[in-house]
Amino acid sequence: MDSEEEYLSSSDELMPDDSGDEMSGAEDFDEDDFDEPDPDFGLSAKDLDKKKVAAHAVSFKVFEPSDIRRQQDDMMNDVNMILDMNKEDAAIMLRHFRWNKERLLEDYMDRPEKVLEAAGLNSNTSSQPKLQAIPGFVCDICCEDEEGLETFAMKCGHRYCVDCYRHYLTQKIQDEGESARIQCPSNGCGRILDSRSLDLLVTPELTDRYHELLNRTYVEDKDTFKWCPAPDCPNAIECGVKKKDLDKIVPTVECLCGYRFCFGCPNPDHQPAPCDLVKRWLKKCADDSETANWISAHTKECPKCSSTIEKNGGCNHMTCRKCKYEFCWMCMGLWSEHGTSWYNCNRYEEKSGAEARDAQTKSRTSLERYLHYYNRYANHEQSAKLDKDIAQKTEKKMVQLQTTSGMSWIEVQYLNSASQALQTCRQTLKWTYAFAFYLAKNNLTEIFEDNQKDLEMAVENLSEMFEKPIQELSDPKLKVDIMDKTSYCNKRRVILLEDTAENLAKGTTGTATSIHDSLRLTMSV
Amino acid sequence: MSTKRISKEFAEVSQTPIEGFLVTLPPNNSVHTWHVTLQPPASTTFYPGRFGIVLTLPTDYPFKPPVVKFVTRVYHPNITNDSLGNVCLAILKAENWKPSTKIASVLEALRNLLVEPQPDDPLEERIADEYRNDREAWEAKAKAAVTKYALEDPVFPAS
Repeated sequence: MDSEEEYLSSSDELMPDDSGDEMSGAEDFDEDDFDEPDPDFGLSAKDLDKKKVAAHAVSFKVFEPSDIRRQQDDMMNDVNMILDMNKEDAAIMLRHFRWNKERLLEDYMDRPEKVLEAAGLNSNTSSQPKLQAIPGFVCDICCEDEEGLETFAMKCGHRYCVDCYRHYLTQKIQDEGESARIQCPSNGCGRILDSRSLDLLVTPELTDRYHELLNRTYVEDKDTFKWCPAPDCPNAIECGVKKKDLDKIVPTVECLCGYRFCFGCPNPDHQPAPCDLVKRWLKKCADDSETANWISAHTKECPKCSSTIEKNGGCNHMTCRKCKYEFCWMCMGLWSEHGTSWYNCNRYEEKSGAEARDAQTKSRTSLERYLHYYNRYANHEQSAKLDKDIAQKTEKKMVQLQTTSGMSWIEVQYLNSASQALQTCRQTLKWTYAFAFYLAKNNLTEIFEDNQKDLEMAVENLSEMFEKPIQELSDPKLKVDIMDKTSYCNKRRVILLEDTAENLAKGTTGTATSIHDSLRLTMSV
Repeated sequence: MSTKRISKEFAEVSQTPIEGFLVTLPPNNSVHTWHVTLQPPASTTFYPGRFGIVLTLPTDYPFKPPVVKFVTRVYHPNITNDSLGNVCLAILKAENWKPSTKIASVLEALRNLLVEPQPDDPLEERIADEYRNDREAWEAKAKAAVTKYALEDPVFPAS
């Protein structure tokens, strides 16, 4: 793997402030310290050709909470063995180095003292921290000084009464959701709380919460990891796609829970459109700019009072409802000056008029083009929602079907597959329209549009069959039809995605007039 | 638990006052509200103004930082130029605050903020731009605000 690759989120700013210069290169290192390192990370066009994997697919791996914990434990054990430091300290060091073990080991070998200090582990004493009462002690936080007050200090030696320490930790963990970066309560001390100290001080519930939060930082610290965004899903996904490749590849991943999302941006699956295009499209659809476009295409302003007027029929003799000014819709001149040429403006060919018309035509054409794609995009979005509603009823349907037709649970699974195919295909179709909006016209776009048309027709057919009432669904012939159509839809979808992904990836070679090139052209205008 | 600590801190600040600060408790003697009058050093733009600051100590002080508000209007990049007088100060942020931090350090940080505004971390974007790009105009306006609002004894809101 190249060492200067830029990882997805450049989260240098998440580094602790005290990390100093020796940490600045942490991103430059590979994160290949997993149990099963996957050489496919960071797919490039070359890799794809060599490996013959599907061009529209990226390799990724789903991790359940137990996997995440195990990975952390394994790495802690490694560091614990190699550097002969206790596990708590190893954990703190690993977190400080954002779980880049190689970097940690290398830096530690070079300058152990400096690394320990930067990670918040510099120690004055080597004795294990414990609760103790110290004669004549005054807690610097609450100012209590009674005899026999139990106190606690981490290895940094900043000692406070147990109540204050507990209160502090509870607040950090419970209220602020902190875990890996909880420092000693002393002003200016960067010593990081270790889990052994935590166990001595707080209740088991709080310790559980702390470990849950720590698990989270593990995923959040690693640039190749992301949480599955589906509600209540505890899994994380690892995918090695690089930020700079996002114009060539659309990294859709699928969690074990079934949720499909894009690893490159915060959106749900948007194949075949690349992330950048999706961002532009969503912005365009959300912007008022299109409303403004519509206004300029369909309305004019009253030459006298400047009210915006939409002409919804009738002749060119306009009377402003507001100021009663009478004018000609064509040339915007005063109606009374038109003389005898009623209903036929002879100033139509004037130069100023021609320019105004040109501007208006242009705006109208671009608007119509946009609306063409937007309507289809929105239509599939809407239909996907409807299909989803139906899918929720599918289960009920499946139960009914079992009772009416005597089919088994396995035998009615085809409805479930059909419903899933419908949703996935609609999602893809939706984004083909956003994608097409940014495409320049050439013979590749024709192929794209043919693919799009095929998929769309298949999906509409399947959707129609799927909505049929139970009585008809129990017909074995329809069942076969639905199963055929389902697999046909899935196939068409893959063909479309393959084709587009190949063309996107080819854009890197710069030789062929690929979709990618034309895409760049239109997008840079 | 916090009362003991607050009383102790108040006693310290009263017995050995920090230069430029006068700290009193409101008429109802609640230790959770401090009325602070700050007179910035003669070298600063804000001299000879006297600025009223209300320091509110939350019930779980010192685990939560005090809340600081200027009651006197200040023309300053890090203090909102309105009747709220909110302040942006790094040590008062939850992630930086440590329970062992003393109010005396907060007060010192406030004085430093008047001596040296932090335009890169502004609450008033416009004033910060002016401070960076047209220092003379900023000084003139800051001085005018001092003359207009800060020459009398500050008036603290009844709480």
